Amino acid sequence: MSNTKIIPVGPYHPLQEEPELFKLYCEGEIVKDIKWETGYNHRGIEKLAESKTFDQVFFLVERICGICSTSHPFAFANAMEEIAGVDIPNRAKYIRSIIGELERIHSHLLWVGLAGHFLGYNTVFMWAWKYREPILDLFEMITGNRNSYAMFKVGGVRRDIPMALIPEVRKAMDGFKPKLDLLIGAVMDDPVIHARTKGVGVLTHQDIIQFAAVGPTARASGVDIDVRRDDPYAAYDMVDWKVIVTGEGDVFAKAYVRLLEMVESVSIIEQCLDGLEKEPEGDTEVKVKNIPEGMGTGRAEAPRGEVFHFVVTDGGYGPVRHKIRAPSYVNIATFKKSCIGQTISDATISLAAVDPCYCCTERMAVAVDQRTGNMLYSGEDLLKLSHMKTEEIRKKQ
Amino acid sequence: MAFKDFIFRKSLWLFHFGGASCNNCDIEILDCLTPRYDVERFGMLLVGSIRHADVLLVNGSINHKDKERLLELYRQAPKPILVVAIGACGCTGGIFAGGYPFAGPVDQIIPVDAYIPGCPPKPEAILSGIVQLIEKKKTEKAHA
Ligand code: SF4
Repeated sequence: MSNTKIIPVGPYHPLQEEPELFKLYCEGEIVKDIKWETGYNHRGIEKLAESKTFDQVFFLVERICGICSTSHPFAFANAMEEIAGVDIPNRAKYIRSIIGELERIHSHLLWVGLAGHFLGYNTVFMWAWKYREPILDLFEMITGNRNSYAMFKVGGVRRDIPMALIPEVRKAMDGFKPKLDLLIGAVMDDPVIHARTKGVGVLTHQDIIQFAAVGPTARASGVDIDVRRDDPYAAYDMVDWKVIVTGEGDVFAKAYVRLLEMVESVSIIEQCLDGLEKEPEGDTEVKVKNIPEGMGTGRAEAPRGEVFHFVVTDGGYGPVRHKIRAPSYVNIATFKKSCIGQTISDATISLAAVDPCYCCTERMAVAVDQRTGNMLYSGEDLLKLSHMKTEEIRKKQ
Repeated sequence: MAFKDFIFRKSLWLFHFGGASCNNCDIEILDCLTPRYDVERFGMLLVGSIRHADVLLVNGSINHKDKERLLELYRQAPKPILVVAIGACGCTGGIFAGGYPFAGPVDQIIPVDAYIPGCPPKPEAILSGIVQLIEKKKTEKAHA
């Protein structure tokens, strides 16, 4: 181990938009081991959710992660509707799916851009982000905000997509299609991208099963899972689309899956718009007065994989327990496989390839000292922290 | 000081500190670099080290782990440095203010020169905030 050098990346590194620390243990150019440290982003969302009403929780879970800010409300709504036992109107289903797919497009474009940036190929970065802007404009038009859309509520959606707006959305999609084709062509045919991504960061079918990875990461290694098809919600069983699966498992395969998923998303949106035209305008929700006591689970396919929410209610105004599992939480573990044995320059793109999102992933972890068996952050420590906070609040009053 | 004030009038170099955020503010900051908004036309550049920076952009609520790092970064920064708090979280703690890891809004940890509210603020708002800050620096100079 004497030759091993540790290369730290982060926590505040210009390449990463989120704070996290990677330690690459290298011998020469080769990465021998990798460790990562998170916690810079921890906000205690599950606990906060217990102090909010059901309507407020939507705004909170939307802010778990800004990039997939619809998938969390999606899963939460699915969980709540399971508890309340309601079936939402078709119009609301279509609108939910449209928002979900628009989000997938913007998230995948964002990834393609960042992946280009990680490869040192900034042209791709600038292009992809330029094409992403019209999608954000569309969001602004439909929902009123570029990023956090606040569209969901128990029993439906907050805002309708009026009939007058449908041609606008179609126009934007028509404008986006040639750009997407261009981007797919540019990435698929570029010899530089081939050279940098083929055979790099390979995850086999077996690895995916072992790490329980989800989403495009799994689909690029030939594991055919997608919540939208396996456990249909919203309008996904009312439209015709296919799951993109390929087998190579390298970075190129992950790019391939994401790029082609965008094509599917465009087609889903167009079919949902057709559906929307047949439904009466304004029929966007069923009123849910009381949420009974119970337990519910909700799943949704976020751009990065399966989001899982588990909610316990007691008949009151807010959840008494809210458990969230985000896709990056399982995907990040695959770094142990994909980065080791690579050169340092390939390790960065292997890290980026799973599209990790740390703000989804943050957990309060309690470490146990192996020698003494004591918790390093014990109940007393937590109590002390809480006392400190109370003191501070008292001082302010 | 006069020399540094002169520097503040053009081509600010930015360092981005993302606290415990939801990522949207971070993305919108990155968005400012891309073709539609293109901050580089103002000579602004996102730099990799606080030691090269004129402006410290802070977004997201600050938790206990971030707090120490933010203080350390502020200590390392060449002075004077302009601090800009971005987003509802940076300004007040926003939706996360009640949580157990919350260690206070940015201005209770380090001095802040400008606040850009919004959740997330649009790139236009971020640009306008920073341009206003430059303007303010210019007029301060004129009054001095
Ligand atoms: S201000 Fe809003 S968008 Fe920005 S980090 Fe906080 S929650 Fe996210």
